Amino acid sequence: MKRDVILAGVGGQGLLSVAAVIGEAAIARGFFLKQVEVHGMAQRGGSVTSHLRFSDRPVYSDLVPDGEADLVLALEILEGLRYVHLLSPTGTLVTSTAAVKNMPGYPPEETIRAAVCAVPRHVLVDAPRLAEKAGSAQSANVVLLGAAAPFFGLPQDSLVGAIKRAFAGRAPAVLEANLAAFRLGLEAGEDGATKT
Amino acid sequence: MPTKLLLGDEAVAQGAIDAGLSGAYAYPGTPSTEITEYVEKSPQAREGLIRSFWSANEKTAVEAALGMSYAGKRAMASMKHVGLNVAADPFINAAITGTSGGLIVNAADDPSMHSSQNEQDSRLYTEIALVPCLEPSNQQEAYDMVSYAFDLSERFRVPVLLRLVTRLAHSRAPVTLRTRREQNRARLPDDPERFIILPPTARRQYAALVARQEDFVRESERSPFNHLADGPDASLGIVASGIGANYVLEAFAGEVPHPFLKIGQYPLPALLVDRLFHRCERILVVEEGYPYIEAKLRGLPERRSPQILGRMSGELPRTGELTPALVARALGRRAGAGIPPSSVPVPRPPSLCPGCPHADTFRALTEALGTFPETARVFSDIGCYTLGAYPPFSAIHTCVEMGASITMAKGAADAGIGPVVSVIGDSTFAHSGMTGLLDAVLDRSPITVVILDNLAVAMTGGQRSCATGRLEAICTGLGVEPAHVREIVPVPKEHEKNVAVLREEIRYAGPSVVIARRECLQTARRAKRPAREGA
Repeated sequence: MKRDVILAGVGGQGLLSVAAVIGEAAIARGFFLKQVEVHGMAQRGGSVTSHLRFSDRPVYSDLVPDGEADLVLALEILEGLRYVHLLSPTGTLVTSTAAVKNMPGYPPEETIRAAVCAVPRHVLVDAPRLAEKAGSAQSANVVLLGAAAPFFGLPQDSLVGAIKRAFAGRAPAVLEANLAAFRLGLEAGEDGATKT
Repeated sequence: MPTKLLLGDEAVAQGAIDAGLSGAYAYPGTPSTEITEYVEKSPQAREGLIRSFWSANEKTAVEAALGMSYAGKRAMASMKHVGLNVAADPFINAAITGTSGGLIVNAADDPSMHSSQNEQDSRLYTEIALVPCLEPSNQQEAYDMVSYAFDLSERFRVPVLLRLVTRLAHSRAPVTLRTRREQNRARLPDDPERFIILPPTARRQYAALVARQEDFVRESERSPFNHLADGPDASLGIVASGIGANYVLEAFAGEVPHPFLKIGQYPLPALLVDRLFHRCERILVVEEGYPYIEAKLRGLPERRSPQILGRMSGELPRTGELTPALVARALGRRAGAGIPPSSVPVPRPPSLCPGCPHADTFRALTEALGTFPETARVFSDIGCYTLGAYPPFSAIHTCVEMGASITMAKGAADAGIGPVVSVIGDSTFAHSGMTGLLDAVLDRSPITVVILDNLAVAMTGGQRSCATGRLEAICTGLGVEPAHVREIVPVPKEHEKNVAVLREEIRYAGPSVVIARRECLQTARRAKRPAREGA
């Protein structure tokens, strides 16, 4: 059992927090793990990624080798597309429909959507809307985590447990919103996966 | 023994704490910052048992660490690779005086320049300083090497360089911890004259250091971090260091079929290299950064010289960081053929945060300069504000290294172009700008130094800035006329006023300072973090 995951987004979207939740869940299940993060300049609204690898055998490379990722999880639609070449032929792109247009020349959304739909296995999730519905606009990252949950090969309760641990010490309403975000994401992911 | 999930940087910090560290000194710089942040947040530092300090710059950090070593305690100084340029003087001379308590200098290199202006390789500094270097390939090694390096430093009385690279510094993995060692007691050196390196002492100390080089090679030969594994297929031998070794193991799923020399400690273990040379016709060198080992192997006057392959021969690219795919290809392994890349994404460079005070300053500065000739130049520096180079600001003309904004402005003014403005952050000013401003004052250079004071070292995550609350006193103390040390508040409603102040000072024919002061949005937000809702 081995999972190579690329997380992609824009600096400030909460990508590292999602990576930490998945990593914690994997560690709790006894897997070997390595997780590369981007710190520094790129975090100022630039393109950011995290490589997350876990396996029942030792993990050597900190980076996911090109063409071997099982999953690209994107908090922003153009950022997901940026890393599809890392996907294996059977890998899945799970991406938010969110578009962060903070640079010149942002491609038309139809062009981006068409390119996403050309990826053999892809799931599009309206994470911003579902996050609002869950009660916290800032939980869009956890919506995506829910949508991608079936692809991690981890039991759902281990992810839910990791979310609970991540929000320990916060207001109960914040935890509730994020658990709701996870569930909504999970449902949306299952829907999206069957449709595409 | 307990296990902890740690970044490479954090593993170094935890390794130091568990090895009896007494003092951690640093100037923040990606990808090294998290070492000292981790020490700073440790219970030991918070209880005052370990001194953790953000120094004015990397030079003062290494000097403070050397002072603590002089007093018999274990100390380390941490910095990014270019920080070692600033600290090169104390680092190289600490090898001449020698150390007393263990002294480690952590240098984190940034191949591919994710957050840097070059990809220099810190290992080369150990060639000048003539000291051992350790290079971990994973988080556990990073943890283990620190304790080993302190012992090595104390045994041979030399500073030891620990070299990290971005992909290890910022990669997380579980690390198994050891029992904590007690800190050294303060103890004055029994041979204090070696710390006064006047020529006669310096010559003696230098000769002694040179004489120890063979010992360092022997240590490398028996180091647990250098390992030659035999493999059945000797048509190729592999030498890999640091994170490069991970990519080799990845390419062969952990079962390398070739003789494989993994390097974690320098100088190179001559005996192990020799064994590999006698076994193989061709050797591929896989290392992150410069072709340092490769150049060494090419230069070895062996009886039997195999063909050396690597970054110099083109098997691997000469520049940029390694990837698993590049290494797999160099090893003749088929890299995974995935989904074709999409041509739709356009680059998304980092940008100033919406509402950033720097944006207001750049808007005011650009407007102020609009009434001056087009030869007006803005010399900038290292920090978030370097992003002022991108549209919509396009407000700066240079960015070279810490402090260069002021001194380059001075030189350009000397050359007769103008007007010239320097733009520098508060922490960069404290790091390396003050001395340049003194030059400008002494020479009455017609430059205007705009100090962007956001009350933090913002780009690296909001560490405490050495300049906070002191800028006016520093500038007037250095001799800038108090009437020409002005403060502006970079907010949109002050725009017209700010333009006027900048224009007045740019027009002034001597050195002037305009301090644009408003707290960084990120540090302000972090201060309120518990209220945040997202994960």
